[in-house]
Amino acid sequence: MNTLKDLKQGQIGKVNSLLSTGSMRRRLQDIGLIEGTDVECLQKSPAGDPIAYLIRGAVIALRSEDSSNILINY
Amino acid sequence: MGLTNNSTGIKAVDSGLVIRKQTPNDKIIAVAGNPNVGKSTVFNSLTGLNQHTGNWSGKTVTNAQGYCTHGDMTYVLVDIPGTYSLMAHSAEEEVARDFICFGDSDAVIVVCDATCLERNLNLVLQTIEITDKVVVCVNLMDEAKKKNIKIDFEGISSKLGVPVVGTIARKKKSLSNLMQSVSELLNCENKKVPIKIEYNTTIEEAVDIVEPILKQKLNNKINSRWLSLKLLDYDETLIQSLNKYLSYDIFSDTEVKESLEQAVSYLTDNGFTKESLRDEIVSCLVRTAEDVCSDTMQFEEADYNARDRKIDKVLTSKWTGFPIMIAILLIVFWITITVANIPSEILAKGLFWIEDRLTDLFHYFDAPNWLHGMLVLGVYRVLAWVIAVMLPPMAIFFPLFTLLEDLGYLPRVAFNLDKYFKKCCACGKQALTMCMGFGCNAAGIIGCRIIDSPRERLIAMITNNFVPCNGRFPTLIAIISMFFVGVVVCPFNSLFSAFLLTCVIILGILMTFAVSKLLTITILKGVPSSFTLELPPYRKPQLGRVIVRSIFDRTLFVLSRAIVVAAPAGLIIWLMANISVGDLTLLAHCSGFLDPFAKLLGMDGAILLAFILGFPANEIVVPIIIMTYMSTGSILELDSLASLKQLLVDNGWTWITAVCVMLFSLMHWPCSTTCLTIKKETQSLKWTAVSFVIPTVIGLIVCFVFANIAKLFL
Repeated sequence: MNTLKDLKQGQIGKVNSLLSTGSMRRRLQDIGLIEGTDVECLQKSPAGDPIAYLIRGAVIALRSEDSSNILINY
Repeated sequence: MGLTNNSTGIKAVDSGLVIRKQTPNDKIIAVAGNPNVGKSTVFNSLTGLNQHTGNWSGKTVTNAQGYCTHGDMTYVLVDIPGTYSLMAHSAEEEVARDFICFGDSDAVIVVCDATCLERNLNLVLQTIEITDKVVVCVNLMDEAKKKNIKIDFEGISSKLGVPVVGTIARKKKSLSNLMQSVSELLNCENKKVPIKIEYNTTIEEAVDIVEPILKQKLNNKINSRWLSLKLLDYDETLIQSLNKYLSYDIFSDTEVKESLEQAVSYLTDNGFTKESLRDEIVSCLVRTAEDVCSDTMQFEEADYNARDRKIDKVLTSKWTGFPIMIAILLIVFWITITVANIPSEILAKGLFWIEDRLTDLFHYFDAPNWLHGMLVLGVYRVLAWVIAVMLPPMAIFFPLFTLLEDLGYLPRVAFNLDKYFKKCCACGKQALTMCMGFGCNAAGIIGCRIIDSPRERLIAMITNNFVPCNGRFPTLIAIISMFFVGVVVCPFNSLFSAFLLTCVIILGILMTFAVSKLLTITILKGVPSSFTLELPPYRKPQLGRVIVRSIFDRTLFVLSRAIVVAAPAGLIIWLMANISVGDLTLLAHCSGFLDPFAKLLGMDGAILLAFILGFPANEIVVPIIIMTYMSTGSILELDSLASLKQLLVDNGWTWITAVCVMLFSLMHWPCSTTCLTIKKETQSLKWTAVSFVIPTVIGLIVCFVFANIAKLFL
C-alpha cells in the first residue's frame, strides 16, 4: 500500500486509513483527514522535509514520519 | 497573542481570566474559531481593543476580553484561543472548550474562514453540540470574493439551524450585521432548530442509555447528549473540568457510573473500541460538514489558490528558499539602519540641545549642583539616549516585521527550517517563537505555547534568548555602525552594517540549533514529536493599519517600558558615580571589582557592570556604559555616534571589545521580565534557572575564547 509520503508533487491521493495513533491521529482527523479525503501533494520544503499538502482547502505541512503513517490509494 | 501592552512586559506574567461585566445586564459572548481566520481582528473591531493580530496560527493563547455595544445591548466579548476542535487535545483546546462549556457565556460566535469553510464547520458543529446559542461568522469574505468563491448563507444557515453571517472584519457594517444576529438570537427570534449530528445507530443507542440519567442529574447545566458522547469516549480532561467547575464527580454517582458501564459494554459488544468510537465520531462530524457545504458553496475557479502556490514555489523551493529568507532579513535590517540613521541624529541633536537648555534653567535658578547632576546628567541623559537610539530603529523595524507577519511569510520560515529543528529533536514552530523574540523575548516565551510537546516547548523557551529583542538590536546596530563601518551615511555603508547584523542574527540562530541539540542529548532527552503546520493563504496587508498598529501597539509600548526602567536607572547610576567611598566612587569600586574578570572576556568592568544593572531591561546597557565612562573622564557633547565612538575609544575600546560586547549582548541572561515569564510558564524554578544559566555560560565561553584568540593575532 502506498503512503502519503510516496505522493509526488502535484499528485492527488485518497486516504485509505490512518496508522498514526494518539494525539497525531486526532490532530489529523481535526483538520479533516479521514478515510476518503483527497490529499494533494503541493510542495517540498527546501530541505525536502516537511512537505506541504492540500487538505480540504487548507495547506498543511507534515513531516515524513507522519505522512508515512497515512495510507492512500491513487 | 503577540506584542501588545498586555502580552509583553510584566503584564505577560499574569493571564488568568475573570470576566468583568460593566453592568449586570452585559451579555457574555465567546468568540471562538479555527486558528488564523481573523478571529482577533473581528474581536478587535468589535471591542476596539488592540489584541495583536497576524497571519499565522496560534496567536491567542489566553482569553482576552473587551466590551461592545450594539443597539441597546451591551456585551462582554471573550476572545478564546483558536482551535480546530474542542476535543481537548491541547492546552488551548481545553481552555476553549472549558470556556464554552462552563464560562457562562450567553452565546458563542464561531468565526470561520470563508475560503476554507468546510474544515471550519467541524468546530461549528462541535460548538453546536455543546450549546444551541451559536452564531456563525463567515469572515474573510473579501478573500473569498477575490478567489471567486460563492457562499449561500441562507442555505448553510438552514442546514445548520443557526444564524450565519458573512463578514469582512475591517468593515464595521458587516460586523454590525453580525451583532444584529447575536442580539436576535439572544432575544429568541431565531426559530430554527440547530442541527443534530446523527451518529451511527449503535452509538446513538449507547447515548440513549446514558443521556436521560445525565439530563436529570445535571439539571440542564450542560448539554447532556454531548456530555454522554464525551463520557463514552472517556474524555479525561472533561471529567476533571466537571469536577473543577461544577464540583461534580461523575464517578461517585453510582447511577451514572452504572449506566455508563452498561453503554460502554454495549458499544464493545457491537465491535467498537475506544479508538474506533472516536474515529467514528470525528468522521461523522467531517462528513456532516462536507454535506452542509456540498451544494451551498461554489468555486468558480477550480484552482483558486494558484497564485499562492506560485509564491510558495519561490519562497520555499530548494534553491531559492534559504537565499530569500536571508535576503529578506538583510533587507529589513538595511532599511532599518538606513532610515533610522537620520531621525536618530536629529533626535540626538534635539534632545541634547534641550539638555543644555535645562542646564541653563538650573543655573538660572541657582539650583544646587547635585540636583542638576541627578536630574539632568542622570535621569534626563539616560532617557535621551534611550529615545534617540532605541526609538528610530524600533519605529522602522516593527512595521516592516508586522508586514511580513501579515503577508503570511512567517509560517513559511517555520516550514523551511523545520527539518533542522527536527534534527535537533525540536519543533519547527520554534521558528515562529523566535520571530516573536525579535520583538520581546517575554512575548516569545508565551508564544511557545503553540508548541504542543512539553519537551519541545521547554527547548524553545530556554533558547529564545538567543534572538536579540528590540532592547538589544539597536545596541548591536550602534556598535556595528561605530566600529565596523564608517559613521558617515552612505548606502553601501549601511548595507554592510545590515550584512554584519544579519551575521550576528544568524549566529544567534545557529546557537539556538546547537543549544537545542545539546539539550536534547542531555537534560531534555526525547524524540521529535509529530507536527502539523498550517501554511495560511497569503494576504495583502493594509499598510495604514500595519503602521498605526506597530507604532501604537509595539513601538510606543516598548519605548515606554524602556523609559520607565531607564529613568530610575539613570538616577541610580548617577548616584553611584557621585557617591564616594574612600577615594573612589561606588561605580568605580564596582567596575574596578569586575574589571579583572571582564578583561578575560574582552570587555571591561564598566561594560560588565552595565549588563548586570541592565537586568531589568537591556535597553539601558549602553547608557550605563556611557555614564560610567563620563563620570570618570571628561564631559563631552554626545550628539553623534562619532563623538560616542571617541568616548569609547578613549576608554580603551578596540574592535575586539566591540565584538565581545555584541557577542555578550546576544548571549547572556534573559531580562527580568523574561525570567518571570519563564517562571510563570514552566511553573518551575529549575527551568527558570536553566534558562538563565545556559545563555550566560555560553556567552562567557564564547567571549573568553574569542577575546583570547583575537589577542593572539593582534
